[in-house]
Amino acid sequence: MAARPKLHYPNGRGRMESVRWVLAAAGVEFDEEFLETKEQLHKLQDGNHLLFQQVPMVEIDGMKLVQTRSILHYIADKHNLFGKDLKERTLIDMYVEGTLDLLELLIMHPFLKPDDQQKEVVNMAQKAIIRYFPVFEKILRGHGQNFLVGNQLSLADVILLQTILALEEKIPNILSAFPFLQEYTVKLSNIPTIKRFLEPGSKKKPPPDEIYVRTVYNIFKP
Amino acid sequence: MAARPKLYYFHGRGRMESIRWLLAAAGEEGHLPLHCLPTSQDGRLLFGQVPLVEMDGMVLTQTRAILSYLAAKDNFYGKDLKERVRINMYIDGTQVLMMMIIMAPFKFPEEKQETLASIMQKAKTRYLPAFEKILNDHGEDFLVGNKFSRADIQLLEAILMVEELNASVLSDFPLLKVFETKISNIPTIKKFLQPGSQRKPPPDTHYVDCVRNIVLL
Repeated sequence: MAARPKLHYPNGRGRMESVRWVLAAAGVEFDEEFLETKEQLHKLQDGNHLLFQQVPMVEIDGMKLVQTRSILHYIADKHNLFGKDLKERTLIDMYVEGTLDLLELLIMHPFLKPDDQQKEVVNMAQKAIIRYFPVFEKILRGHGQNFLVGNQLSLADVILLQTILALEEKIPNILSAFPFLQEYTVKLSNIPTIKRFLEPGSKKKPPPDEIYVRTVYNIFKP
Repeated sequence: MAARPKLYYFHGRGRMESIRWLLAAAGEEGHLPLHCLPTSQDGRLLFGQVPLVEMDGMVLTQTRAILSYLAAKDNFYGKDLKERVRINMYIDGTQVLMMMIIMAPFKFPEEKQETLASIMQKAKTRYLPAFEKILNDHGEDFLVGNKFSRADIQLLEAILMVEELNASVLSDFPLLKVFETKISNIPTIKKFLQPGSQRKPPPDTHYVDCVRNIVLL
């Protein structure tokens, strides 16, 4: 019996949250070892557990995987979330890359200076509404299916759902001009594995707060 | 006969250079160099951005997605999922280093020194040691599976970029020096490294101005 994957990261969203989402969506139970101190990070680094001295790191299938995208792609491949052929895979890849660019703004947001944070929310909203959402709205409208690619759940759907919900926390009406995305969000959220992840008691992490930001500074500041 | 891939980008390295490397390594029959840049309203630009590559009946954007497609197509992606994930990890790492170098010319002059120092520090303490160790541990010529893959192509690209900033950067990494020579001598790569290939020169002020003017419009 394969051991459960083990995630190494601070106790908060950051770059690991996408991994939690994809594992959960795929119905894979996992364990977490939370980084709380600089000493713990050094122990991982000195023990040669981190290829490029950084987290996220996921112990899975006898490997120690690093680099968020590599981890996400591995899990997607393993659990049939990457389409049925190279063309579908490439579409999924493109959509994921675009969405990750948008998600990056959310990941960095708590670490901006307080004065810049409000401005950045406006920037995020603009990028979402002008650059990214119209693309996905058009795709969904075009084929009328419940998923972005190949009429089945893929990595692209999971990452987009994650991003939409995180944006909605900051800008509640962000989907107001996108009826297909609204319906899409509801449908995806009701998939049993995802529904479970969205309920209290799951491994989904809350929005970043001051404690999380301080923990991250303590661990990673040189 | 498949049409040659069309590459839409500025006339310089930037994010498109890794794609040029991969195409060259696969011996793709040269691609049409295009000097016109689609406007951000062009419907082919999925998220309004370049690089854009038209090939095999598809319109591809997002650098990583394009590179993954090419690698899978041309069999540079390992033999199974475990090899593939190792290749991906190595590529993601080199990409971080290359992005620092790609963005460097666009920094303000007063930030340039600091940026350069940071690049060299990350190269020498984080990335180069990791790859030296990988080569040391298995003693093979290529990074993964004893076979030429996109991880090797991209590492060579990154090494050459760092050497342009500091010619002696490999002085503490003997295995990487051997690696650099071996990969450079692979026929398709060797051809790419010679004058007259599709390889672009390092960014100069003209290139920087050109990108700034277009991207800021």
